Amino acid sequence: MSDFLMPSLGADMERGKLVEWLVKPGSKVRKGDVIAIVETHKGAFEVDIFQEGVIADLCAVEGQEVPVGAVLARLAPSDKAPALGTLRAPANPVAAEKAPEVALAAPPSPEALSASGKPAKVAQKVSPMGPGSRAHAKVTPAARRRAAELGIDPYTLKGTGIDDSVTFADVERASASHVGPEAPAGPTRPGRGFDPLQMRQAIAAAMSRSKREIPHYYLTTTIDMGPSLSWLETFNTERLPDQRLLPATLFLKATALALREVPQLNGFWENGRFRPGSGIHIGWAVSLRGGGLIAPAVHDVDTMTLPELMIALRDLVARARGGGLRSSEMTNPSFTVTSLGERGADCVIGVIYPPQVATLGFGRISVRPWVTGGKVTARPIVVSSLSADHRASDGHAGGLFLAAVDRLLQEPLKL
Amino acid sequence: MTKAEIRQLALDILSSIAPETDPSALAGHEDIREALDIDSMDFLNFVIALHQRTEIEIPEADYPKLFTLNGVAAYLSQ
Repeated sequence: MSDFLMPSLGADMERGKLVEWLVKPGSKVRKGDVIAIVETHKGAFEVDIFQEGVIADLCAVEGQEVPVGAVLARLAPSDKAPALGTLRAPANPVAAEKAPEVALAAPPSPEALSASGKPAKVAQKVSPMGPGSRAHAKVTPAARRRAAELGIDPYTLKGTGIDDSVTFADVERASASHVGPEAPAGPTRPGRGFDPLQMRQAIAAAMSRSKREIPHYYLTTTIDMGPSLSWLETFNTERLPDQRLLPATLFLKATALALREVPQLNGFWENGRFRPGSGIHIGWAVSLRGGGLIAPAVHDVDTMTLPELMIALRDLVARARGGGLRSSEMTNPSFTVTSLGERGADCVIGVIYPPQVATLGFGRISVRPWVTGGKVTARPIVVSSLSADHRASDGHAGGLFLAAVDRLLQEPLKL
Repeated sequence: MTKAEIRQLALDILSSIAPETDPSALAGHEDIREALDIDSMDFLNFVIALHQRTEIEIPEADYPKLFTLNGVAAYLSQ
């Protein structure tokens, strides 16, 4: 028998509210199954389990506030499962990171890339959990809340959101059709899974800690994106929209491969020393339209192909904005990347998310004069900027890292 | 599809991509990306959905033609 604990979904989380159980005593679970929805000040998260077994006992009731590290459920070994050791639940980021072999989601299978290439296929990694399971119906947290207010079961509705998730609007529509057109219109700006005020406080706490504790150093390098963008253009021309790649995937993959070369930037500063990350799990900063941002992890980026990465990224961004991030994605990013995108500023000098030791930013890609072979030409360029913890590394390592990112982006075929 | 139908389709897709916004208030000539704070990932999802619902091929080079509702209606009704 082992305990499944309330995970820590960020350095500043002390407790979480158990919103919903997706299993009951007797449910068989497998690694990666989502067993509960937990709400923190950063919003609602799907809590995934790290071990196979049978739920023996639920130790918290829906609606209960549970401190980080307290027991949520007890798990018995399943009959056919080999006896495993103690369950390594992510009681805190340290524990989660130390048990990476069980915490990581597998990269999408090659089949996931075929056919439509929709990110829903990635989500299907979450295995069915037996009769009565509602885990595969996607309902955004805002929709869940509104449905509860209206007394509607959101899981019976047809979703029109990204990857067929049931959205706030779907619930509103269902409500309108139930009570007729006289029903008062819903709020025009429905809230999302993230409470803006609490999100602000979470960011304030993490960023204050960062600037208080971390001696940052900063390096920037301007990179010629010509080779990467022309490769991307050719790649995308031959493909339907859902199989096309964004420059973000190249940034991520180049970052991951550069981190392999300079591993002292990939990990955590804890208890006065550097602890290397157990894999290259890159937090991808996603800005939320209502304000705030969140940086959930894409796991093992260095091992993924670009199309796999694109699917993972689309899925991650959709879930970050619509609700449904998993606990494993919040507990273990070992590095963070911020890409400002096509409408952003030229350059971002990032603030490190503790206890990570570095963050890389990419500004907007823009056409600028570029000197090559003694001639000035117009090239698409991007400014990459590293912020790193001087306790864990020195400028020399940071410079090598940026040079590696630059070199890798010049040879997109190898990414 | 008529231009009005295409416009409605585009609005439906945009409200699922950016549920906290009100796309119906968009003027036909307004840049959708600016008005709704649509980033490149959102825009790609917009194109994917338009393609899936209309089966019209939308090469990447034509993306700029889809930056406004008028543009979307003109492009997809051709």
